[in-house]
Amino acid sequence: MSTIVFIDTRGDKIPKAAQEAVTYASKLAGGPVTAVTFGGAAGLESLGAQGAAKVIVARGVTAVDGQQLTKLVLDIASKEGANTIVCVQDGTGKAVAPRLAAKLKAGHVAGALGLPDGDKFKRNVFSGKAQAWLQVTSANKVISLMPNSIPVGKDGGSATVEEYSGDLGPARISVKEVRKAGAGIPLPEAEIVVSAGRGMKGPENWAGIEELATLLGGATACSRPVADMHWRPHHEHVGQTGVAIRPNCYIAIGISGAIQHLAGVNQSKVIAVINKDPEAPFFKAADYGIVGDAFEIIPKLIEAAKKLNAER
Amino acid sequence: MKILVLLSQVPDTTARIAFTNGNTQFDANGVTFIVNPYDEWYALVRALELKEAAGAGSVTTITVGGADTEATIRKGLAIGADEAVRVDAQPTEALQVAEQVAAYAKDKGFDLIIAGKETIDHNGGQVGGMVAELLDLPYIALASKLDVAAGKATIERDVPGGVEVLEASLPLVLSAAKGMAEQRIPNMRGIMAARTKPLTVVPAAATDNVAATTSFELPPAKGAVKMIPAEDAGKLIELLHSEAKVI
Repeated sequence: MSTIVFIDTRGDKIPKAAQEAVTYASKLAGGPVTAVTFGGAAGLESLGAQGAAKVIVARGVTAVDGQQLTKLVLDIASKEGANTIVCVQDGTGKAVAPRLAAKLKAGHVAGALGLPDGDKFKRNVFSGKAQAWLQVTSANKVISLMPNSIPVGKDGGSATVEEYSGDLGPARISVKEVRKAGAGIPLPEAEIVVSAGRGMKGPENWAGIEELATLLGGATACSRPVADMHWRPHHEHVGQTGVAIRPNCYIAIGISGAIQHLAGVNQSKVIAVINKDPEAPFFKAADYGIVGDAFEIIPKLIEAAKKLNAER
Repeated sequence: MKILVLLSQVPDTTARIAFTNGNTQFDANGVTFIVNPYDEWYALVRALELKEAAGAGSVTTITVGGADTEATIRKGLAIGADEAVRVDAQPTEALQVAEQVAAYAKDKGFDLIIAGKETIDHNGGQVGGMVAELLDLPYIALASKLDVAAGKATIERDVPGGVEVLEASLPLVLSAAKGMAEQRIPNMRGIMAARTKPLTVVPAAATDNVAATTSFELPPAKGAVKMIPAEDAGKLIELLHSEAKVI
């Protein structure tokens, strides 16, 4: 039985979720694995630290064309004799992993939360309100790892990098444009998230939220009404209909904590809630809480964060 | 334009989540079932808008489920779908559902097949991609905007740190996320019309048996929230650092 791992490394640096997936695959295999990726990233050798012996990269593919990428992964799976393929449960993984599963008649674990217990994998269901054990009985398996589920491995050496030279056929999806929404840490990658809601009263009041996030090395997020009113860009909207995140620390300011919002953040390790309404439902899901006026509390948090940064 | 919309029945978003039979089954006792919001609000409504804009075509919904899903299916017809199909099989997991949908869709010549980005019960987001592979069609997941002109679809999707604009030829499979359309409330005329619109029951096709959910767990109860006085708010940062060790 052999395992390969498919990751997306198109950006300037290798995403944490990709490093986690390589770590996971090598733990699952009990030894070094082959990683498959695409696009122009440099420094792929470093994936050796997470347990990749070899990284095969299709440089010519730059867009997430599920059919080309599925062909790429299937070709390498067949050459390596792999029956288990690890992917990441993110936008790229969602375009490729279900296709691999359908092609290979494989059970697909969409969002594995850790290593399996025998052939059973734990995953979130009911929008994080419960978890389920999915038993995969097929000979082939496709496992999409939920980001931020396992620590990144650091013990391996350097991987060899090979360029893929096979024919992947024509792309049927083309990228017309990418509209970047500023720098900063992408939300799903962030370990610390400072999020704010309608309690902020208007988009002009976000400077404190941004400053706090920057001081803590985190990303900013928002609730649905804030995105709907265009106070903040849509990709910052966390919740049932927006992005589901699972950072180590989620600080929610001026968000009441409707069930739909909780569905997107209830997997956070620690939740701190700041709200002027002591009855806000979010306090029931929180580890730490402050009842008070956000405009008085934010400067105090910024001051404390500056002090912390000066000490460490 | 001929459009197929995948419609799932799920527990209401505010339903109490509990399990029965030794935590092997969802406890449906007292639970209201609804059309999966991503299927209804975004996939179905955008399909109807595209048909209306083209002034021609049809919107068909497909659901894999028992007779108990028919009230939910009628809701889709009341919102405006022309016809509904129910594949007479209990859904067990994603590949089985995808194989049922693909078996129905393969000879029908749909220009677009649209699913919601995920169901709110199993949260897999897999069926659209699997259907696309089984039918050898391109697939774009998490589309937040969809326009069709001259046989080409233009799609926007949120990606970490921005928006990606994609183009693909029809036929095409998509999964729909927030932004694609606004929820439509069925009116009385729609509800009356839904009673007489065709709801065809098709027998289940043979499918593969590759995985099954064997048991459920509820997360451990959250400990009591630790309250910090507002005048001492800076202490939160200290506690997150020294006690929770997350910053």
